[in-house]
Amino acid sequence: MLEAQDLAARRGDAELFAGLDFALEPGSALFVRGPNGSGKTTLLRILAGIAQAEAGEVRWCGRPVRPFDPQLRANVLFIGHAPALKDELTTEENLASLASLHEAGVNGDAVLEALGVWALTRQRALPARVLSQGQRRRTSLARLQLASRPLWLLDEPATALDDTGAATLGGALAAHLGGGGIAVIATHQDLPLTAGVSRSLRLE
Amino acid sequence: MTAVALGNGAVWPGIAWALRRDLRLALRSKSELGVQLLFYAIVVTLFPLGVGTEPALLRALAPGILWVAALLASLLSLPRLFAADFADGTLEQIALSPHPLPALISGKIAAHWLTSGAPLTLVSPLLALQFGLSGTELGFLALGLLLGTPTLSLLGAVGAALTLGLRAGGALLALLILPLYVPILIFGAGAVEAVHSGLGAGAELSLLSAALLAAIVGAPFAAAAAVRIALD
Repeated sequence: MLEAQDLAARRGDAELFAGLDFALEPGSALFVRGPNGSGKTTLLRILAGIAQAEAGEVRWCGRPVRPFDPQLRANVLFIGHAPALKDELTTEENLASLASLHEAGVNGDAVLEALGVWALTRQRALPARVLSQGQRRRTSLARLQLASRPLWLLDEPATALDDTGAATLGGALAAHLGGGGIAVIATHQDLPLTAGVSRSLRLE
Repeated sequence: MTAVALGNGAVWPGIAWALRRDLRLALRSKSELGVQLLFYAIVVTLFPLGVGTEPALLRALAPGILWVAALLASLLSLPRLFAADFADGTLEQIALSPHPLPALISGKIAAHWLTSGAPLTLVSPLLALQFGLSGTELGFLALGLLLGTPTLSLLGAVGAALTLGLRAGGALLALLILPLYVPILIFGAGAVEAVHSGLGAGAELSLLSAALLAAIVGAPFAAAAAVRIALD
């Protein structure tokens, strides 16, 4: 269970949000919406333990977490808007490398299967440098298939995705929530969700 | 789905992951490796052209020149240690990995040394020939570089992490790190000098080893702390 209590954040002098409270039970997703610069990314980075909140606390399984908490790091999968791909490596190598950073024992077959699910099989041997924006995003999201983390934090995951890509994302999300996972998603688009409890949070 | 327990964050897998990945990336962009080595060779070769061909003078200058060139070449390659990973979001993922961050950074530093300090050490005796050093002196020069260049990579990693995301970070990195390189320069060049004057280089080499051990223990933790600050 993920809880936020009285969370506040600032960027420079400007207050982004304050007094934010929510609690997410297993199987629920929180869609964070709001205009550009309203603090969606900052909120995700605070929940991921990368950034420090100005005030308030985040609790994971009832325990307050500090930034870069090892307990949180073992449970979270954060996909930011930077895709974390290396231009020199192929799609397959990028995915395998990122997946093995977070999960021990990721094997080659699982990586190929994830590439198949995200319709990247034909691009598997291409260097990431020649991929389109949408394909880069798919490669980045294919990690969702390979990690068994209870908490997903996704920053604008549907950006540059086509309809089939968005459907694949919706499917992955539904499977995650159906399995008792939690997700916090900053997004402008509506994602088709077929399982789990969906809640919405609007930042101004 | 139950929360994953702690304890899958062992040290060696983290070091191995970062080492393997950075070496693979370095081998994919071989031109960068070549540039650094060529820079070292050219700087070292410029001195005999500049100061003339007096053998005694060249011999006296040789250890200092080779070491200063090695410091500069090491500095040249430092920004690539973290900057690219910082820009494309990989550093974020590295910091969020269950592996301990100092272990991952140790692996990156080891890869940096293998692709910068180690090749420099290998070509140094060859380049030093043009200064008329004796065989024993060449050996001690290489031994000094072998012990000293890993320390340069370790200290440099702290500087590179501290200057992450800053404007003019490269210039600032040089100002920050070169003074820290001074002891390594003194003992490294001093070792060759001591051999030449017949004193033996035991003391200098011991000090270089001590500095290396201290840096191995301390630098990855300092760099990890700096990386976390840079990401916040």
